[in-house]
Amino acid sequence: MKVTIDNITIDVEPGTTIMNAARQIGPHIAPPAMCYYEPLKASGGKCRGCLVKVTAGSEKDPRPMPKLVPSCITQVQDGMIVENTINEQVLETRKGIVEFLLLNHPLDCPVCDQAGECHLQDFSFEHGVSKTRTVEERNTFEPVDLGPYIKLNMNRCILCYRCVFTADQITDGRVHGVMHRGDHAEISTYIEKAIDNDFSGNVIDVCPVGALTDKTYRFKSRVWFSKPEEASCSCGKCSGKVTLWYRGDEVIRVTARKNEWGEVKEFICNTCRFERKKTSDWTLEGPTKIARNSVISANKYGASTITPAFPLKQAAEQYKQIDDNRDRSFLAPKKQLN
Amino acid sequence: MTNTQTIQFPASTLEKVHEIIKRYPEGKQKSALLPILHLAQAEWKWCSPEVMDYVASLLSIKPIEVYEVASFYTMFHLEPVGNHVIEYCRTGPCCLMGGVEVYDHLKSKLGIETGETTADGKFTIKEVECLAACGWGPVFQIREKYYMNLTTQKVDEIIEELSK
Amino acid sequence: MKILTEHIDVQGIETIDVFRKNGGYAAVEKALKKMTPDEVTEEVKKSGLRGRGGAGFPMGMKWSFLAKPEGVPRYLVCNADESEPGTFKDHYLMMKSPHTLIEGMIVSSYALGANTSYIYIRGELMYVATILEKAIQEAKDKGLLGKNILGSGYDLELYVQLGGGAYICGEETALLESLEGKRGNPRNKPPFPAVKGLWQCPTVVNNVESIAATSWIVNNGGDEYAKIGIGRSTGTKLISVSGHVRKPGVYELPLGITVEDFIYADEWCGGIRDGHKLKAVVAGGSSVPILPAELILKTTNGENRLMSYESLSDGGFATGTMLGSGGFVVMDETTCIVHNTLTFGRFYHHESCGQCSPCREGTGWMDKVLHRIEHGKGRQEDIDLLVDVAKKIEGNTICPLGDAAAWPVAAAIRHFRDEFEWHINHPEKATAKGAVFMREGASWSL
Repeated sequence: MKVTIDNITIDVEPGTTIMNAARQIGPHIAPPAMCYYEPLKASGGKCRGCLVKVTAGSEKDPRPMPKLVPSCITQVQDGMIVENTINEQVLETRKGIVEFLLLNHPLDCPVCDQAGECHLQDFSFEHGVSKTRTVEERNTFEPVDLGPYIKLNMNRCILCYRCVFTADQITDGRVHGVMHRGDHAEISTYIEKAIDNDFSGNVIDVCPVGALTDKTYRFKSRVWFSKPEEASCSCGKCSGKVTLWYRGDEVIRVTARKNEWGEVKEFICNTCRFERKKTSDWTLEGPTKIARNSVISANKYGASTITPAFPLKQAAEQYKQIDDNRDRSFLAPKKQLN
Repeated sequence: MTNTQTIQFPASTLEKVHEIIKRYPEGKQKSALLPILHLAQAEWKWCSPEVMDYVASLLSIKPIEVYEVASFYTMFHLEPVGNHVIEYCRTGPCCLMGGVEVYDHLKSKLGIETGETTADGKFTIKEVECLAACGWGPVFQIREKYYMNLTTQKVDEIIEELSK
Repeated sequence: MKILTEHIDVQGIETIDVFRKNGGYAAVEKALKKMTPDEVTEEVKKSGLRGRGGAGFPMGMKWSFLAKPEGVPRYLVCNADESEPGTFKDHYLMMKSPHTLIEGMIVSSYALGANTSYIYIRGELMYVATILEKAIQEAKDKGLLGKNILGSGYDLELYVQLGGGAYICGEETALLESLEGKRGNPRNKPPFPAVKGLWQCPTVVNNVESIAATSWIVNNGGDEYAKIGIGRSTGTKLISVSGHVRKPGVYELPLGITVEDFIYADEWCGGIRDGHKLKAVVAGGSSVPILPAELILKTTNGENRLMSYESLSDGGFATGTMLGSGGFVVMDETTCIVHNTLTFGRFYHHESCGQCSPCREGTGWMDKVLHRIEHGKGRQEDIDLLVDVAKKIEGNTICPLGDAAAWPVAAAIRHFRDEFEWHINHPEKATAKGAVFMREGASWSL
């Protein structure tokens, strides 16, 4: 069936979502996905970052849809017309979504291991505004260990539920989940319990932010100082297809391979991820393909000679002078608000 | 109470548990979770991790599925509580009927704040949202019983009665 | 004209014998013995009955969407999770006359071809659940539930399910999740429950009051029901009245009487409490826009406002409101609108499930800003900030809780902006016993 997104018409299979149709057109048209994760069943619909405007429902019923729709879970109809990057309401709403997601986010990117490959950074860079309007105290949680390998920093979590789906769908015993509700909802094991099974480490890869990080890599480097290489091994438990992250000659991190949307198609086992950290454990297959505008490609692969026009233009638009003399005297005394 | 071995419903309650599970199609026994958590809380006053693990075992589900659910709903106490948990409604209509003064009186009468338990372990106060009794406000609830059209004087009487 | 509460004050109406003596269960006899399920549905369609939970969607139409694939069970679930602030009509009806609901459940289940039905009642109403369970047992003993009801060949099991304390479970897909023993996270739609509902089977979820009305419709015909009321607002509606009226409580009224009559006539609320005058009304539960006295009594065209879906929403959100669930909260001149808005904002913050970001973060944000304003820490820009946050939530969430949280804040500012400004400009007065709602002798005509 035919669908038109931002004036580009393509043919897609029936049952395709707007998100996946847009991805087929290309990354410049694809809506941002903070919670949707194609390999995980039931993911999506929660972050509202991918809301788009449907200006015509279908060929048969060309009426516009009254509300913005989540593109990740809305199937295309034949003749549907969608506006994403060209619709003012969509872009305005997205600014709001960024603001909501950052409302209780600590903005601790300088000490966050996810920085540089964080989807929330990308999302707020592309769609947010540089000035905050909130003066409220943020909700905070203490970082906790989920066993020897995984650190949970709930302050950074955007409650995408991906890690919960991962534990449900690719491991045999989920021991963590979402506790409580509203803006007090948190990822937790409730009673201190290690997440302990052979595939638990995959929750790190699916996390769009720095809420779940690899303790064996913690504070070792910044992602843009490391160089990814594809590698494989004959592993009895998983496909053994991984990405090795080198700093100099040292493997400082092992992750599953991610596609251009940051999704893992072949999940890897904890042995590959946490224990095989010598080059001799692996057969190297060559450098990982990295998007040119990614910070990871900076100073590597000759990328320094390439001018990333779009981000630079955005940066110029966004980094206006920040008013730093705001009056903060109205702030409530430090206590829990009801 | 903290030992899993001692956590076991009495036979009559277990029978009730099995009757409840039969209300749902086969394999959908997880649907019995909320009703059984209510039974558990009636039995042990609060939902300790051990109690929740026991409930999980009764329904053949993972303990995390019980924690997630129990922490979502406000009626389940995840911390120990007093003998009488007074849950007062703090929403608009009850406030219109003078709820704030009545609740302030309740707190000063018991000498505790919301969320606290009296030293003798008799009373816990919790604030809750609308109890669907707005025309009969101010309202609080102690277990299944509603106390409506509250005044400071009525609060005194109720507390005295329950203190006996 | 009373349909649901005609016999509600009869001594012993909660027992099946007294209930039957007063005409109870005649609809079950008629429907199961003389009508086909489709004929029952047809009468409900003709009645024009609109969902009484708040959305006002035509019930017969909702029923007609129910998928009926071979070999797959269908379910009717009664939404008795009444939690909208200002609303307590279902509580009242079920507590006083449980058989009224059960009779409606049997008739409706029959129409939909459901052989197992559930009444999902909010957990706090445990004592009402006990009343319902006792009534169900009585009905069972008389052969009105169970196998082969009244020899008709129709089987129905009816169960009461307790919730656990969560407003969001009044949203039908959250309710179904909860009934499945999960967190009350609303589902993404489509698919709608009529296609994939309880345990992925076709399901209809209806409010207590809607289901209870089906018995009268079966007995008297949909056309008769449609004669009551006005225009597309057919039938009678239970209105829960709270706040500063002489006689708060639940009233059953034919849709179409004037709001003025309803507030001031002795037959209904009996006027505002002594020595005070009307300031504002929230007409349909906490989520609908608050209206100042002049706009609740008359539309901007100068017409009397009526207790009906259409008349209350006349003027859109600019000058109108909604009938919603019929939670009618009346405020006199001593009322601080900012505080009342804070309690509603706090409510939605407390009740957000936390699944989607605009509602999870936005409700908390509005609550915190309202709290600051009420406590004398407001800034001038906070008022427009609230309006903008409300706008960014509205329409962008998985379920209607986002809208329900946004509307009361936006409306309070729309009609009572001066009170918000007063709080910001008089921080010392706002903090002096700032959290106390009832300000002695306060008058807010600024």
